[in-house]
Amino acid sequence: MKCEKEPYEAVIGLEIHARLATNTKLFCGDYNRFGDTPNSLISEISLAHPGTLPFLNKKAVSFAVKMGIACHCDITDTTYFARKNYFYPDLPKGYQVTQHISPICKNGYVPIRIENEIKDIFLNRIHLEEDAGKSLHDLDDKFSCLDFNRAGTPLIEIVTEPVLHSAEEAYQFLSEIRRLVKWLDICDGNMEEGSLRCDANISIRPKGSKKLGVKVEVKNLNSLRFVKKAIQVEINRLIELAKKNQQIIQETRSYDATSNTTFPMRDKESADDYRYFPEPDLPPVKINEGFFSDLKKSMPELPSQKEKRYCNEYKLPLLDAERLCAEKQVACYFDEAVKYSTNYKALANLITGPLMQYLHEQKSDFSNPVLPANKLEEIVQLIDENKINFSIAASKLLPFLMTHQNEDVLVAATREGWLQINDTDELEKWIQMVLDRMPDKVKQYQQGKKGLIGLMMGEVKKISKGKADPVITIKLLEEKLTKSN
Amino acid sequence: MEVNEALVEKLSRLSALSFTKEEKMHIQDDLQKMILFVEKLNELNTDGVEPQLHITDAENVFRDDIAGKMISNEAALENAPNPMPPYFTATKAIQKPVPEN
Repeated sequence: MKCEKEPYEAVIGLEIHARLATNTKLFCGDYNRFGDTPNSLISEISLAHPGTLPFLNKKAVSFAVKMGIACHCDITDTTYFARKNYFYPDLPKGYQVTQHISPICKNGYVPIRIENEIKDIFLNRIHLEEDAGKSLHDLDDKFSCLDFNRAGTPLIEIVTEPVLHSAEEAYQFLSEIRRLVKWLDICDGNMEEGSLRCDANISIRPKGSKKLGVKVEVKNLNSLRFVKKAIQVEINRLIELAKKNQQIIQETRSYDATSNTTFPMRDKESADDYRYFPEPDLPPVKINEGFFSDLKKSMPELPSQKEKRYCNEYKLPLLDAERLCAEKQVACYFDEAVKYSTNYKALANLITGPLMQYLHEQKSDFSNPVLPANKLEEIVQLIDENKINFSIAASKLLPFLMTHQNEDVLVAATREGWLQINDTDELEKWIQMVLDRMPDKVKQYQQGKKGLIGLMMGEVKKISKGKADPVITIKLLEEKLTKSN
Repeated sequence: MEVNEALVEKLSRLSALSFTKEEKMHIQDDLQKMILFVEKLNELNTDGVEPQLHITDAENVFRDDIAGKMISNEAALENAPNPMPPYFTATKAIQKPVPEN
């Protein structure tokens, strides 16, 4: 990476907003949904009509605490809401209800894997807040159009300490947060729809320095890929400025994906004076022992813990464990499958290879019912017993069973002619055909080029359409080549 | 705390309101009086007193995550100035920024 050779080090802090997957908004019973007709999910409360009062959604509080537990945070005993005052058309009340001095979760960390090392990314806080409405500036020349369906929907904001040092680290961290919120079922993680949004505070400093440089905030990072690109581009820009001895000014910039550059946002409101004060309309929230322990009990095994367990308990390579734990449904399916078979590696191979590929091709995923796990075990057993080869199992048997779930695995494989041939007569016929085709190769083999047996084996496989039992075939091949010498 | 012209200027900008010179002078005077009134509290020693963030004893006032009564788009836009159904409108707050270079 470029900055490795540089005398400068990048320092990055992320602010990630995750829209909580509650049924209704944070302070009123309007539906919390994306994509409805503009201004159809609204009420007097989300429009800030006079005389209305907010009423806190308990589920949003539990979701925030769950995320806090997953991120090893300190959960605040008594947490208050605050008003953040600013003036913008998509903010009907003229203030956003958020948390200021008593965020619901403090501190904590999230481990990420960077170049095969685990690095704990420390958090400053996770707090609850409401989202603003949406402004559409392009629909009319004179006016901005406003949609308040999003106004008041519940968000958690996850704020890291300035502890990330490259675009790659930021990318890995955001990916891990996305995996966690989806894993906990508290947010759908959809960045295109804005369910997960990321702003980055970026500065550079001479390597080895402890002092933070002037920071630039980059906004509008609405895909994982853009987060990585935008941060890299901004780091490069800052380093170029520093090299030319030009001043870095504190500002908010936006990322333009088309030109892969960042540009300053002309934001008249950038005077950061939000005049926070305690929200008088919302009484404090006490996270008492019962509430907390119920949530703690409801926590699933986290993906990083699962990965570790797969590696230790099932001796799976890390890459397999990571692929299985990329999504909760996949891991759950694997957990189901291991009840039937102890050939963990073969199960992992089938799931992360052909099964994922099949579902991908069908534009489906593991959230829909897939092959019953005991059928998967039967396939593994056929492979183990050398009755079918892996590629036929993967390319023929598995897809067949997906659409014929009631079929007996062995019966189906036999009937369709996918089982391996271990009948020596048949195998010898194929071997002879191959040897007849390549007399020069046979000679070379006999003169010592033993590696050529692989080539011949491949030819037999081809002729047999993958059905020749490899163990018996290779034995017969060797015998034949030695005999005819 | 002194309420001066610059502070009034800043407050009017933050609240997106504009005032005439006379109004500003009047506001400055008014605000100064209010602040002086509240500053009386500074005479009390509050060492060791926990800041009070909420005045009632109520806590954990929750609702369940169940949909409530919403209002129709027509009703919502009824009193709105310059509606462009289904949208509310407001004077453009920002121009689309132009990328550098």
